[in-house]
Amino acid sequence: MANNPLTPGIAAGRHSSEVLDRNFADLHPPLDRHEALVAADRCYFCHDAPCVTACPTTIDIPLFIRQIATGTSEAAARTIFDQNILGGMCARACPTETLCEEACVREVAEGRPVEIGRLQRFATDTMMAREGHPYGRAEKTGKRVAVVGAGPAGLACAHRLAMHGHEVFVFDARLRPGGLNEYGIASYKTVDGFAQAEVEWLLGIGGIKMEQGTRLSDGLDLDALIKDHDAVFLGIGLAGVNALRVEGAELPGVDDAVDFIAELRQAEDLSNLAVGRNVVVVGGGMTAIDAAVQSRLLGAETATIVYRRGRDRMSASRYEQDLATSKGVRIVTNARPVRVIGNGAVQEVEFEYTRDGAGGLEDTGETFRLAADQVFKAIGQTLEDAPDALEIDGGKIKVDGSGRTSVPGVWAGGDCASGGDDLTVTAVAEGRDAAEDMHNAILAGREMVIETPRPGE
Amino acid sequence: MANLACEFVGIRSPNPFWLASAPPTDKEYNVRRAFEAGWGGVVWKTLGEEGPPIVNVNGPRYGAVWGADRRLLGLNNIELITDRPLETNLQEIKTVKRDYPDRAVVVSLMVPCVEDAWKAILPLVEDTGADGIELNFGCPHGMSERGMGSAVGQVPDYIEMVTRWCKQITRMPVIVKLTPNITDIRYPARASRAGGADAVSLINTVSSITSVNLDTYSPEPSIDGKGTHGGFCGPAVKPIALNMVAQIASDPESEGLPISGIGGVTTWRDAAEFLTLGAGNVQVCTAAMTYGFRIVQEMISGLGDWMDEKGHASVDDIVGRAVPNFTDWQYLNLNYVTKARIDQDLCIGCGRCFAVCEDTSHQAIAMNPGRKFEVIDEECVACNLCINVCPVEDCITMEELAPGTVDPRTGQDVVADYGNWTTHPNNPGACAAE
Repeated sequence: MANNPLTPGIAAGRHSSEVLDRNFADLHPPLDRHEALVAADRCYFCHDAPCVTACPTTIDIPLFIRQIATGTSEAAARTIFDQNILGGMCARACPTETLCEEACVREVAEGRPVEIGRLQRFATDTMMAREGHPYGRAEKTGKRVAVVGAGPAGLACAHRLAMHGHEVFVFDARLRPGGLNEYGIASYKTVDGFAQAEVEWLLGIGGIKMEQGTRLSDGLDLDALIKDHDAVFLGIGLAGVNALRVEGAELPGVDDAVDFIAELRQAEDLSNLAVGRNVVVVGGGMTAIDAAVQSRLLGAETATIVYRRGRDRMSASRYEQDLATSKGVRIVTNARPVRVIGNGAVQEVEFEYTRDGAGGLEDTGETFRLAADQVFKAIGQTLEDAPDALEIDGGKIKVDGSGRTSVPGVWAGGDCASGGDDLTVTAVAEGRDAAEDMHNAILAGREMVIETPRPGE
Repeated sequence: MANLACEFVGIRSPNPFWLASAPPTDKEYNVRRAFEAGWGGVVWKTLGEEGPPIVNVNGPRYGAVWGADRRLLGLNNIELITDRPLETNLQEIKTVKRDYPDRAVVVSLMVPCVEDAWKAILPLVEDTGADGIELNFGCPHGMSERGMGSAVGQVPDYIEMVTRWCKQITRMPVIVKLTPNITDIRYPARASRAGGADAVSLINTVSSITSVNLDTYSPEPSIDGKGTHGGFCGPAVKPIALNMVAQIASDPESEGLPISGIGGVTTWRDAAEFLTLGAGNVQVCTAAMTYGFRIVQEMISGLGDWMDEKGHASVDDIVGRAVPNFTDWQYLNLNYVTKARIDQDLCIGCGRCFAVCEDTSHQAIAMNPGRKFEVIDEECVACNLCINVCPVEDCITMEELAPGTVDPRTGQDVVADYGNWTTHPNNPGACAAE
C-alpha cells in the first residue's frame, strides 16, 4: 500500500480496501427476524403515542411494531409506507434520537428507547425484498403534473400523485435521482446502493416519467412548466453553499463538504478517493459530522470539527456528535475561522475563540491554529435557481401550510421551501401533503371527482 | 439460616424441591445429575406393568407456548409413561436409592385397574428400597385412552378403589396424583383420603392443544400432519394449580391430607406460594426442562433467604400459612373501599391505563394536558386493571379510603365494620347478623 494515514497532503488509498470496506459498512446492521421480535416486544403500544407525534410523517409506530411482533412484517411495512413512501431511507437516515426514539416512553423510563428506526428498516426491507410494488394507481385522471427535483420531497410528491391517477413528469438536475438520499447522506447509513434501489422500487407504481440532467437554470422554465402541466411541484433543495469569507478561502484544499460527501457516495472505489492527512471541518450540522467522520474512515490522521458556538447549539444531535468522537473526530467549539494559511495549498487554519456576549457572538481575541491539508466548509446551503416569480421568505421559497407558493398552480416542499427543518422525513411529509392538496386542486373543477381512498383509510 | 429439610408422609428430603414424574426422571443418569445438582427428591417417571415396552411417537413429543424472546410459558407433551423395560427401571431405582439414601425416591406407577396388576408390581417396587409410590391418575393423553391415567383420576370411585388396593398390598406411603381435568378437584381428593391415601399430589397436566399450524392446518405438535391433545404444564398453569391446592387444603373433608404441590413451579417464589397454600413440598418439571437442573440452587437460596427474612425456621412453619385467608367470594369485605392512585413522578406517560380504562372499563382515568393521567374517583371502582397493565412497578397503587370518608363514586360513607354479601341488603337470601 503506497499511502497511509500519515502520508502528507491530500492522498488516496490511506487504507486498504479491506479496512475501507469495514469502515464504511452498515452503521446499524439490520435486525434479523428474532432480534426484530425481541425489539418489537419492548413496545408498550402507548395510547396516542408520543413517538407518532414526534414523527414528521406521523407513522402509526405502535401499530407497525405490533404487526412485526405478530409476524406480519409486510403489514407493518404497509403501515409505514401509507404515511411515508420513503420509509426505508428514513429508517436509515432519520435522526431518530431526536424524533420518535427521543419521545419513546422507554427512553423516559430507562434511557433506552424501543429501536423504532431499526424496526422500521426491518419491516420496509422485508417488503422491498418482495417482487413488485405494493401500491396500485387510481383510475387515470388525464391530468399532468410536473415535479422538479427527484429528492425526498419530489419523489414522495410524485408517488402520491401517481397513486391518485395523475401522470407525473419528474425533472432532476443530477445524473441520478434521489437528491440528498443519493448525494448527501453519509455512506455508512445507506449501504449497497439502497438509495437507487429505493427510487426504482418507488417508481414501480407506474405513471412517473423521470428526466435526469435538467435544471431550472438550464433548459427548464417555470412558465413553460405551468403551461404544459395542470400543476407544478418544486422540490429543488438547496443547491448553493455558503462561502467562507476569510482570507485564504480560495486556496486549493478548501472544499465544500457537500461535494466531498457526494463524491464519496458516487465513488466506485473508495481507495481512489483522496482525503487530507489533517482535515478541518468548519460547521456544526450533520454535513460537518458526515464530512469529518468519513474523512477519518477514509484514513485522515486527524479530523477536527470547529464550530463557532457551544456544543448545545450544534444542529447535529448529541448522538451524532458522540458518533463522530467515537470515530476519532475532535470537536472544537466556540471558535471561528479567521484565516486560511498556505503557500499554493492550505497548510493551516487560524481560529479565534468566541463567546456569547450581550450583542451576540464576540471574539475573545485569543487565536490558535490547526494544521490542515484539507478544509471542508459545512456552514450551510442556500437556495439557487429559484424562479424570480416566486416570493422568497428567509432565503427559501415561501409556502403556506399546504405547500402552495405565491404563484398559482405551483407548490413547493422540502429543503427549498420555507418552514421546514432540513430533514429527509420532513421533506417526505411536505411532498406528500402538497400532492394531496394538488390532487384536490386539480380535480376541484371537475364535475365528477374520482375519490381515491388514501392509503390506510 | 432456615432449615429446608422436609418430611413428607414420612419421607425425608434435604429440601422441599422434588422433580416430578416426567422425562427428567426417566433414567438413572438423569436422576444422578439431579441429585448432584441439589434436588431433594424425585418421583421416578411412571412405570407400567411388565410386558412389551411402551411405544412412543417418533415425531415431536412436545408443543410450546412462548412469550417474548421465546421465553417458554407453557409446554405440552404427548409422551407416554416410561418406554424402557420394567426391570431396567427397577434396577436403576435400587442403585440410585442406595447411593443417595438422604434423598427422596418415589416411584410413579400406572397399571390397569385390576387388583392383580397392582399385586404384581408393588412388591417389585418395594424391593428397590424406594421411599414411596405415586399413583399416576393424572396423565390426560394416550394412556387415558387405554383406561388409565386421567381416565381413573376422573372417576372418584376408581381412585378410592385402587388406592385401597395399594394400601392393602404395600407398606410404602401412597401418594395419589390428581388430574386437573375435572370440574371439582375436591372430589378426587376426598376419594383418595377415603381409599387411605397418605397424600395427594397435584396438578398433573391440563389437556391442551398448544397451537395450530396455519400452513398445514394441523394441531401442534404435529405428527405427520395430525395432532392430538397433550398435557399442558409450565408457568402458564400455575394459577390453576394454586387454586386446586388451596381448594383441597381448605376443604374440611380432606383436612390434614398432605399435598405435594405441582404446576408451573419455576422459582423459589412459586414454591413458597404453593407451600403457604397448603402444599407440604413441591414438584418441578417444566422449569428443569427449560433451564436444566441447576435452577434448584436458586430455589434453595431464595426460599431460605425469604424464610430467614420472615423469621420462619422450618418449612413446616410456612406450610398452609395462607390457607386461612383463602375464602369464598361471599365472605369478602364489601366495606373495603380503595381507589387507584397514579404516582406522577414514576409515570412514563404510556397511557395504557387510560386506554384500557376508557375502552374496557369504567372511564375512570383522565388524560390531561401534558400526558398527565389522573384517576377520577367518582368513576373508579378499584378494579385494578390499570395496575395490571402499567409497565412501571408501583407507579399505580390502590389506596384504601379511610372509614368515615365519603366514596365519591357512591356518595356513601366508608364503613369501618366488616360486612359481606351474606348480610348485604341487596342479597335476597341475606341473613340478619346476630
